[in-house]
Amino acid sequence: MLDVNTFPAPERLAGLSKVPCASAAPVPETGVKPKISARDVCVFYSGKQALFDVDLDVMPNEVLSLIGPSGCGKSSLLRCFNRMNDTIDVCAVTGTITLDGQDIYDRSIDVVELRARVGMVFQKPNPFPKSIFENVAYGPRIHGMTKDKQELEELVVASLKRAGLFDEVANRLEDSGTSLSGGQQQRLCIARAIATQPEILLMDEPASALDPIATSIIEELIDELRENYAIVIVTHSMQQAARVSQKTAFFHMGKLIEKGDTEQIFTNPVDSKTQDYITGRIG
Amino acid sequence: MTDFSNQPESANTIHTGVAARRRLKARYRSEWIFKTLSFSAIGVSIAFLLFLFTTIFVQGWPAFTYNFVQLPLELNETTIGNQNGISPESIHNADYDAIVRTAIRAQFPQVSGRSAKRALSGLVSPGAPVLLREALIEDPEQLNGQKPLSLPLSDFADLYLKGQISHSEYRTGTAPVNIEASSGNFQISGTALLSALKNFTNPALQGAQQENSAFNAGIALDRDMPSILFYANGGVLKLETLGPGFASARALLPLTLTKNPEVVDWQIRLIEVPEANRNFSDQEIVWTDALVERQLVQSQFNTLFFTKGASREPEMAGILGAVVGTALTLIVTLSLSFPLGVAAAVYLEEFAPRNRWTALVEVNINNLAAVPSIVFGLLGLAVFLTFFGMPRSAPLVGGMVLALMTLPTIIIASRAALRAVPPSIREAALGIGASKMQVVLHHVLPLAMPGILTGTIIGMAQALGETAPLLMIGMVAFVVDIPGGFTDPATVLPVQIFMWADFPEPAFQQRTSAAIMVLLAFLVAMNALAVVLRKQFERRW
Repeated sequence: MLDVNTFPAPERLAGLSKVPCASAAPVPETGVKPKISARDVCVFYSGKQALFDVDLDVMPNEVLSLIGPSGCGKSSLLRCFNRMNDTIDVCAVTGTITLDGQDIYDRSIDVVELRARVGMVFQKPNPFPKSIFENVAYGPRIHGMTKDKQELEELVVASLKRAGLFDEVANRLEDSGTSLSGGQQQRLCIARAIATQPEILLMDEPASALDPIATSIIEELIDELRENYAIVIVTHSMQQAARVSQKTAFFHMGKLIEKGDTEQIFTNPVDSKTQDYITGRIG
Repeated sequence: MTDFSNQPESANTIHTGVAARRRLKARYRSEWIFKTLSFSAIGVSIAFLLFLFTTIFVQGWPAFTYNFVQLPLELNETTIGNQNGISPESIHNADYDAIVRTAIRAQFPQVSGRSAKRALSGLVSPGAPVLLREALIEDPEQLNGQKPLSLPLSDFADLYLKGQISHSEYRTGTAPVNIEASSGNFQISGTALLSALKNFTNPALQGAQQENSAFNAGIALDRDMPSILFYANGGVLKLETLGPGFASARALLPLTLTKNPEVVDWQIRLIEVPEANRNFSDQEIVWTDALVERQLVQSQFNTLFFTKGASREPEMAGILGAVVGTALTLIVTLSLSFPLGVAAAVYLEEFAPRNRWTALVEVNINNLAAVPSIVFGLLGLAVFLTFFGMPRSAPLVGGMVLALMTLPTIIIASRAALRAVPPSIREAALGIGASKMQVVLHHVLPLAMPGILTGTIIGMAQALGETAPLLMIGMVAFVVDIPGGFTDPATVLPVQIFMWADFPEPAFQQRTSAAIMVLLAFLVAMNALAVVLRKQFERRW
């Protein structure tokens, strides 16, 4: 067992078959290639390191949840996956993150294209102050995904249906997106994110501002979306992580402490910190 | 645990004890004092504002109407035509001064003497012949005399008819008096006249009476005394000397007696302001009254004020030149400062890296906002006029100078508005793959637009009221023509107000106030437009 706290700069092993964090069983070598894989990812804010040498894979058709106490770096990691950290001047990222084997921090990568492929849903619902229709249609429109108005309308309706919102807003698509309730707004944001047909969906505590009913709707939605996307979700709710995800990674103080199958992490954690966290003793 | 027993108040009375009550009371008192002070501050400002508006309104309102006279004009072959009859050319060259002069003199054929004739002609505005010519050139059909032509009275005649020369008091005779004409003068005798005169409560007249009771030694009503006019038989006399039981007078309008002497019914009128203290003589007052009596004078909406440019004659001076000049100048200012200001703000706020250069630019923009406007005028003079050789007094240059002046205001307000757009909107747009330009154009700018427009309207209002920088680039010139383009010589409303305020004629003082009202109306119209635009852009969150 390897404790990253006692070894702040763990030796990186070639081949990456062994990961520098606790894992009950190494991910079995299946034929499936990871959608995103992060290697040695460090994030600095104004020179202060917030994330230490993270190695993590996101597999297709799988929900990976990132858990850990506040300020442990899980949101920072999430924002690396679609380079949202670029918008923060003082933020620097080192290491490599590949999407389908291609380094997303490479010069040849267009960040606009990347963000179209990696959709994101934020912690606070942030619909545009435009109509519900325009909110969803905006992405397809700027990416020129539809040929005509009718096709666009179909895509919007399909996206709203997938996000489980269509029945509630079917007859008021022209109302402002901000006139919806918090849970509806968040589902609108999800509809907006999936309307651009991304390959991966990043969700940063999507249910933190919602009541249990809205939360359960979104959780069901995440489960359905898994069929088509790889999903990475940051959450503070252990129950939520246990309910929706297949894989879980536990972060503490900027370090990836443990990762593995959700069931294993919650029932039989390897690291004592993970144990403490999921039983509520730290965090 | 802290030991509360050492405290002056025990733990359970910390919010309910006497000291606590006192503290609470003090808090309420300071709140009450603050509220009262703020309320009275608002009250005082409203009172001042009302006072200001009332003064301007009361002073300026009479300028919106003007008294015009419709004289029967001799417009025929002899006056208008030349040897070839009436032609556009002859209409152009006719002696309208003479036509107007003849027409007014025809009203009072008895007037003789050069100075009296000149005074009579002066009742009609010196601008009247010009207007007459313009009217005939525009519509020669009016030569037929079908449509009566209105000519403006002189400014003092107009002021008199608006009751702004002097207050008058009338007394009707209780008993007839005797009038005797002798060698051009008249002698009026009768006790009724004396008692009527004593009836006037005029301090100058009463003072003279006290020194000299019952007018025994005679009182000379000279130019420093109030004027007393005597109306009888359709004529008007001006009393010159008051004696015991009689008064001597001379005629201002011919008074015909059927027999000499004659006993007549009469009326007297006291004009309080002495003739020496006004620019409108008793004779002119009587003439003007006669014109009104003959129903030749009409008070009309003062179209001249809204259709003319600057003039030395107050009745011919209009605001249109300055309004057009202001509009042209502000168009230039807006079309330069708005796009430049917003673009600069967007770049600095959304795209520029945070380094020492942008910090320097930022500090300089903030400092520019505080630079006195006259400095921008000097800059305009040195750079635009001297270096680039642009035309003087032109709205183009004025607008450029004002644009320089308003730019910092617009940039600062726009940056504040851009900064106020929540970052979540930017993240949302970036998150679905919008480029930075799309984020700014589709989301940030529309949301910041109400704030940007507010800043712009503040800047434009500043520019609208600015005088100093325009003085430097020659927009203070006396411009008679209405400017037709951006490079024509022009002036602007505040400069026009400044110039009119400098003229001594009371009619110009009225126009100054009226011009201020026009300026305020311009401002209100501009703000209303901005409010409408704001409403268009405002979105519910």
